[in-house]
Amino acid sequence: MEHAEYVTELAAGSHWSLRMRRGTRMTLTDLEGGANVGMLFYNPESLLERYNAPDTLKCQHTFRLTRGHCLYSDMGRIFASIIEDSIGWHETVCGNSHPDQVAARWGGRDYQQDRNDWHQNGHDAFLVELAKYGLGRADLAANLNLFSKVVTDADGNLQRITDHSPAGSRVTLRFEMDTLVLLHTCPHPLDRSAAYPARPVQVSLGVAEPVAADDYCRNFRPENRRGFANNALYHLGQG
Amino acid sequence: MLVTSAREPDQAALRQVIAAGDYYIGRVAAGHALRILDLEGNQAADTLFYNASDPTERYSAMDTIREQGNVYLTAGSVLRSNGNRPMLEIVADTCGRHDTLGGACATESNTVRYDLEKRCMHACRDSWMLAVTEHPEFGICKRDISHNINFFMNVPVTTEGGLTFEDGISAPGKYVELVALMDVVVLISNCPQLNNPCNGYNPTPVELLVWDH
Repeated sequence: MEHAEYVTELAAGSHWSLRMRRGTRMTLTDLEGGANVGMLFYNPESLLERYNAPDTLKCQHTFRLTRGHCLYSDMGRIFASIIEDSIGWHETVCGNSHPDQVAARWGGRDYQQDRNDWHQNGHDAFLVELAKYGLGRADLAANLNLFSKVVTDADGNLQRITDHSPAGSRVTLRFEMDTLVLLHTCPHPLDRSAAYPARPVQVSLGVAEPVAADDYCRNFRPENRRGFANNALYHLGQG
Repeated sequence: MLVTSAREPDQAALRQVIAAGDYYIGRVAAGHALRILDLEGNQAADTLFYNASDPTERYSAMDTIREQGNVYLTAGSVLRSNGNRPMLEIVADTCGRHDTLGGACATESNTVRYDLEKRCMHACRDSWMLAVTEHPEFGICKRDISHNINFFMNVPVTTEGGLTFEDGISAPGKYVELVALMDVVVLISNCPQLNNPCNGYNPTPVELLVWDH
């Protein structure tokens, strides 16, 4: 692994947001197995530009996300590329757990008793981080659920695959433009575990290697070469 | 699931043809029904729904497919909001399957999907931008434009995790009909896309019918 400038651990049921600069990378590690990381992207220069799951899926003709895939904004630009992935499948269509669902499955959110082990849900976690930037419910979009796999059968029935992410699973994003990242470590909304799935995640931040002409993500599909061209136009004059 | 409707077009309170590449925006009250009719076949109708009294609550593809446990929409599907509340129910469908994964075309995504020099071709999101700008009374703006339904579009997911764009399974006269479970605003772009088979490379009109019963 390349040198990391900063390493931290997000406890289960947590949320965070940070601005990642173009050319930096973020490696997430599922420390105990069975983690889920909800993630959304916004352009800090224009918060109306955000991660667009449908554009990401259809332009790469994929339902799952893994190494080689780029994560697109609604403006035809690439926020981040998945440059490393140890498990081959992350999903982006199931959204978040809601407070009433978490309460019904595992008991309500009780800070007095549980302190920071309270049962946080993904929906509220994003609302908290959105509000820090003047954003709200209207700005929510279909999010990534990293480390989580859902499959469909021929009739379209959805199924979450249990035990998809073993301890030590890793995924690395390289940011292709300045990006406001919102993330949480709340349970996947289709997780039916008997107990609230409390899984911590390590976050490692550093500077990425420059994007080479033969870069795997850039050349993964012709669409991605055009996405990189859109980013180049956006950065025209920045060097 | 194929289900026909007993509602008679001549009893509709509103009948509005949406021309190829045009939009419709309007209210539908709770308990009222709306039908989108594919007049000439293979025409995608890119559709969004909002809570009429608070447009920050809107149709959510994620909540809808997660709660019904299926990625396709058809008769019996309950369309849910980003607050995970029921907004509308599909009560009739003579097409059998509608997409809500593929999203809408936009001039920007067209550059990625097809060619950088196709950025000035007409697209659904431009129709929505004009709709919300010409109709500020609905209080909808760009931040409210999100992950939509593609009525009459066929976008199968493969078991290996691929996403494929198949020829439409719609045909002239096929329709989908919904009953509103809350007062909603419906925003439709009659898709102008010319670069893929979602409109059979030939955008055509659709008709919107609304019944007050």
